[in-house]
Amino acid sequence: MNRVDVREAVTRVHHEEWARVVASLTRRFGDLDIAEEAAAEAFATAVERWPAEGVPPNPGAWLTTTANRKAIDRIRRENKRDDKQKEARMVYDDDPPEPLGAIDDDRLRLIFICCHPALAMQARVALTLRMVGGLTVPEIARAFLVRETTLEQRITRAKAKIKAARIPYRVPAAEDLPARVTGVLAVLYLVFNEGYLATSPDTDPVRHDLTAEAIRLTRLIRALMPDDGEVAGLLALMLLTEARRTARVSASGELVTLDEQDRGAWDAALVAEGHRLVRERLAAAAAGVAPGRYQILAAINAVHTSARDVRDTDWSQVVALYDQLVSLDPSPIIALNRAIAVAELDGPEVALAAVDRLEDKLAGYHPYHATRADLLRRLGQSQQSRAAYDKAIELAGNTAETAYLTRRRDQLR
Amino acid sequence: MQYLISVIHDQAGLATPEEHAAIDVFNDRLQAEGHWVFAGGLASPNTATVIDNRGEEALVTDGPFIESKEYLGGFWVIEAPDLDVALKLAADGSKSCNRRVEVRPFQ
Repeated sequence: MNRVDVREAVTRVHHEEWARVVASLTRRFGDLDIAEEAAAEAFATAVERWPAEGVPPNPGAWLTTTANRKAIDRIRRENKRDDKQKEARMVYDDDPPEPLGAIDDDRLRLIFICCHPALAMQARVALTLRMVGGLTVPEIARAFLVRETTLEQRITRAKAKIKAARIPYRVPAAEDLPARVTGVLAVLYLVFNEGYLATSPDTDPVRHDLTAEAIRLTRLIRALMPDDGEVAGLLALMLLTEARRTARVSASGELVTLDEQDRGAWDAALVAEGHRLVRERLAAAAAGVAPGRYQILAAINAVHTSARDVRDTDWSQVVALYDQLVSLDPSPIIALNRAIAVAELDGPEVALAAVDRLEDKLAGYHPYHATRADLLRRLGQSQQSRAAYDKAIELAGNTAETAYLTRRRDQLR
Repeated sequence: MQYLISVIHDQAGLATPEEHAAIDVFNDRLQAEGHWVFAGGLASPNTATVIDNRGEEALVTDGPFIESKEYLGGFWVIEAPDLDVALKLAADGSKSCNRRVEVRPFQ
């Protein structure tokens, strides 16, 4: 096997096995810190040895065994009083092979502990990407434009809190599960959105690394919790959004809005997979299971991606879905998005009235001003439209979006 | 594992009779379920006295050591196997005393 093949094998195994290794070590040693360090060392050893020795027939087992040894070495090295008990356990626990079910449960436990509501949102994101996603600290720091030391501190503090406050390593009880799953999905959606429309002018406008990572982790949760409707909904939402990624930024680096996108450039396989998931959830809804917000958002995206031409969009269906969403989540951002669909159904004047009612709550939110600017432009109110574009440009951070808004403003007469 | 549940008091006046009654019910439950360690409600902060005896003689000052709008109104010390259990109990405690609470583990 040549070096490139080995490197690819390590990358693939890292994607497939990282969370599993960290999860099983966390269960065994009861310590995220030890698990993370030992897993990282085991992968480093693989990078070092596999080119010469070849990729082992069962890379996951090799990594787990190697990581276990690294962890035991570390604990012996530290040889602290508190660890004596653990060491005793390790000596007698002769690494029994785990049944697959238990190992999968470990990964779920890992996800739930990283997304625990007692941790700050930023810490949850960092911890999930590090522990479950296997991203390195420099990678995560780059993704969120924070200094590596800041991110390292965030992770260290979160791990220390988990230990000191004894945040449990387990899948929540059935009665708490929906709320906790919602918390996990919020973390993944945040990662995805930061990738899909980066908020800073200092990164690429679309960060495929982050969207891909969010989708990969959501797929993992979907595999672990196949019956959860919101997990399916979020995955469908991500896939249907990701499908449009390449059509979303023009060659000149400008954001292309949904109505102007080349629909032939959408990823048909992702659209098909997203639609399959949405149909699965529609069947469940027909059987009486009320859909949550991600399922409704996915359904809205399914309507958009079903139209070959923007003029074929079933806007009444989109508005009806937004009505359903508003009843679940009366946030002004949902109301704004609903108004955008209303503009297509009932005209920009009706939509503008609805948008203007949101001023108090959304004055600092650039899509509010961008939406107003577009509606005012369509109503021929150039001067007011220009002022709204100015405000939107001032508040927007994404370079592709700023470029789009600037061109639109400069086209006003 | 023990946790301190601090009651964050941010309004004029101490607990009302209704709140006291609800707290009693919650306390009974803590005892019945084996979570009870200790609990108490505190008198208002302007009854506090600060002592500093790090120097040659004890320095006595009137008033709380920190002036703030929010102060410690009371607390529970509970026994719980992990934070999830502690947070659930704290949520019920917050409801019973009708105030925000903070959960903090003992070392």
